[in-house]
Amino acid sequence: MKSSILLLFACFVGNSILAQECKSILLGEIVDFHDNTPLSGATVSITGTSLEAVSTEAGKFNFTGLCDGVIELEVSHPDCKSQFVIITMKGDTYEKIRLEHHLEELEEVKVIGDKANNTKSAQEERLSQIDLQKYSGNSLGDALKSLSGVSSLNTGANIVKPVIQGLNGSRVLILNNGVRMQDMEWGEEHAPNVDINSNQDISVVKGAAALEYGGDAIGGVIIMNPLPIVRTDSLFGKTQINLFSNGRGGNITSSLTKSYASGLYIKGQGSFKKLGDLESPNYLLSNTGIEEKGITFAIGKRDFLQGWEGYYSFFDSDIGILRASHIGNVDDLIQAINSQEPNVINDFTYDIIRPNQEVAHHLGKLSYYRRFEGLGKWNIQYDYQNNRRFEYDVRVGDDANKASLDLKLATHSLSTNFRLDSKKGLDLKIGLLGRYQNNFANPDTGVRRLIPDYDRYDFGIFTVAEFRLSDAVILDGGLRYDFSRMDAKKFYRTSRWEERGYDVDFGGIVIDDLGTQLLTNPVFDYHNISATGGFKYDFGTENSLRMNYSFAQRAPNPSELFSDGLHHSAARIELGDLRIKSESSSKLAVSLEKNESSWGYTIAPYVNAINDFIILEPTEVEFTIRGAFPVWSYRQTDALLIGIDASIYKNWTSNISSDHKFSWVRGEDKTTETPLINIPAANISNSVAYTNINWHNLAIGLESQFVFEQQRFPPNIFVFSPQQQQEVELDINTPPNAYHLLALDAEVSFSIQNANDFKIGVRATNLLNTSYRDYLNRQRYFVDDLGRNISLRLIFNY
Amino acid sequence: MKTIAKSFKKVSFNSVFAMAVIGSIAVSCSDDDDPVAVDEEEVITTMTVTLTGSGNTITLQSQDLDGDGPNAPTITVSDDLLANTTYSGSIELLNETETPAEDITAEVAEEDDEHQFFFAPSGAITSVDYSDQDGDGNPLGLSFSLVTGDAGNGSILITLRHEPKKPNDGSLADAGGETDIAQSFNVVVQ
Repeated sequence: MKSSILLLFACFVGNSILAQECKSILLGEIVDFHDNTPLSGATVSITGTSLEAVSTEAGKFNFTGLCDGVIELEVSHPDCKSQFVIITMKGDTYEKIRLEHHLEELEEVKVIGDKANNTKSAQEERLSQIDLQKYSGNSLGDALKSLSGVSSLNTGANIVKPVIQGLNGSRVLILNNGVRMQDMEWGEEHAPNVDINSNQDISVVKGAAALEYGGDAIGGVIIMNPLPIVRTDSLFGKTQINLFSNGRGGNITSSLTKSYASGLYIKGQGSFKKLGDLESPNYLLSNTGIEEKGITFAIGKRDFLQGWEGYYSFFDSDIGILRASHIGNVDDLIQAINSQEPNVINDFTYDIIRPNQEVAHHLGKLSYYRRFEGLGKWNIQYDYQNNRRFEYDVRVGDDANKASLDLKLATHSLSTNFRLDSKKGLDLKIGLLGRYQNNFANPDTGVRRLIPDYDRYDFGIFTVAEFRLSDAVILDGGLRYDFSRMDAKKFYRTSRWEERGYDVDFGGIVIDDLGTQLLTNPVFDYHNISATGGFKYDFGTENSLRMNYSFAQRAPNPSELFSDGLHHSAARIELGDLRIKSESSSKLAVSLEKNESSWGYTIAPYVNAINDFIILEPTEVEFTIRGAFPVWSYRQTDALLIGIDASIYKNWTSNISSDHKFSWVRGEDKTTETPLINIPAANISNSVAYTNINWHNLAIGLESQFVFEQQRFPPNIFVFSPQQQQEVELDINTPPNAYHLLALDAEVSFSIQNANDFKIGVRATNLLNTSYRDYLNRQRYFVDDLGRNISLRLIFNY
Repeated sequence: MKTIAKSFKKVSFNSVFAMAVIGSIAVSCSDDDDPVAVDEEEVITTMTVTLTGSGNTITLQSQDLDGDGPNAPTITVSDDLLANTTYSGSIELLNETETPAEDITAEVAEEDDEHQFFFAPSGAITSVDYSDQDGDGNPLGLSFSLVTGDAGNGSILITLRHEPKKPNDGSLADAGGETDIAQSFNVVVQ
């Protein structure tokens, strides 16, 4: 009933357009996004009508007898990604449409300048489809590392947290099909709960400039979206199988999309991954297996006037944590650091034993948009996420199979925005967000809660605008306000409460005194402002200069406020601080780019000054009956990060191309004048590729990655070792040596039913089986990193 | 609908915000009860070593009631040891965060193949020998014998390892595993 009313309404609006005097002409020109060459043979249709045109040799097309007002064009080309273009007709109108090459067809020409465009002035990079296919069997973090300026904070090989220009965790937002992930990103050993295969369009905004997604992205935003679905009657799908020698397993991912000319579409996707124990060059890494399952399902309808989508995704992972990294106290840690080999090496197995993590993430979304003629487009979205995390430790007796950590994080968000784009050259968006989050820490674990029960309320309002000053200059800017309330119920040990001085500063929040424990009710409000502004200036042949300033504030996360307990996996006591307030970042980023088809480069320096930067680092030692433990405390300081990301590519001949990247970042604690902890080391990667479209699209690439030794790190701490009965230096901050890795990749494609619908690829990483340890891998104290891995990938498109 | 109306009052937040979080309010209400306190399980707070010899009983105790809280364990030695004496020793482990205290000794005895005490005597304590074995005939250490030498100062480091390599050469380095207890006692032998 409801839909028929909407339909009626749609017809009415449609008729009212037709009733106008319609004499306008649309003259269009379609050019290649990258080199401005005309694209012929592109089909252009006006959505909601049967009007269709095909572009000429010169890339031109036209429609006559159109009404004034806003229309939407769907532009499709056999070699390109279909694109929807909104045009305001006002008399006879000329429009130049830049069509992006379909990324899969890019194999003959190397194009790095395939920039995403979530912001115009900020530094942003997009993962190519080719790279996505190469990393289909790995994690999101592994794939993103192929972008310059993106590194990762690992716990072993399977828990990979993206680090953007030196910053990670809550400072990096992840947008999964328009939904901001709420998956306990606060923990260093918590990886994003997304299947890399569920979204094909993945880009990274470096910094806080993409304000519409959140005001607290001091590190950056990772935006994952599905590829747009073309409005035709079609049924297509893709299956990729990856097999790995290291881990003796692999994964399979498969998707199927049914679309209709009416705009209706149904899409399903599933992935399964299973790996056994991984191997370093010299020994097996016991209990490093992984099992992952992912499902996504989408149904929606896309029309010019309105559209809706229902989306559900489920991601489940069971990840083994290196057995040798589970240790007892500081003496065990010293012993592990000094010993060259892990203290536990078992036979290869697919079984995952303790310690391990099991995480399940459900994400559901309903969205709707409607276009108002002569005004703009209104979007509304509701989403719900449920993240359940179990962490299992090595325990004894009745508790052996009980989780040590059992958290359930449920988040509801309602967001809406209105995009005013009817005025040519100006694109303005205003939006609102409301969010409620509840965390429940199950007490049945028999272990004191690391993160307490809490309710969190967020409210945000933003406006972002993009203004095309001239053909060459685009200005963009935005402003956002966020309110957050954290309302927690937390137990403190009385001894800890007093040691932290909370009895003096927070005496009023105690609601129950149980003798050795106190129940408290901290309620904190945070008011945060963020703002951004910048420009993009195009000049010469395919050159552009971007400059962006962004100011962002981030409220502390639950871990920074409330952490209070022993982490067995790292043999450390982690302490949050109730006094922590929001941190504020001021970042200036510039990038100079050239994107010609024969060569191009990007030079992107930045400086990020963060006041009240929240940092976790080893500070002291506490004694228990089990021995001494290093204490890692959160504190705030003023920090300065300066860095540069640079890349250059060259297509030497039509067959040979090369690609070179360099990133470097320097982090300084301004207050103590010491280096910041966990800042990625400088690294250089070089690759050379040979492609030949006449030999089954053969593509062979050799990749080299050199990671320098991090020379700047905070000082180690000294601890009393009960075993040695003396004070010893705990070597936990010293970075490992520099290392160099080679990778080889080869791929060919065959035509079974359609052109190039079947691909086979072989990839070898750590080709020389080099033993190395990485500074940003938390398991570097215990074991070497991964040895050689030879993988086979099979891709079927149908 | 009634529950939603009710919950609005309860949350008493500004109404725009309430609209935004309408779907969630039912959840927030159900969790309004205070969380229950967690009593740590399988924590060892107290190790009491009883030494009996020449008609005397001496206890060495390490008690850490706040576990991984900030307070260091309290160490008490009831009396001085006699020179050139053989004591028979036994170890009792308790979790005193629970009332009544939970006896962890029994758990260790039950899973004796996964546990072992290690003794590192020095100074006036000359040697320590195991008096018990696990099911596989490897040493356990819940009971032991301790020999003192001439008068003077001595110390003994007692370590309990979980899942050590068994059998091992008696050194901590060779045994591996995880440390459940590591405590040293300074004693006077006279």
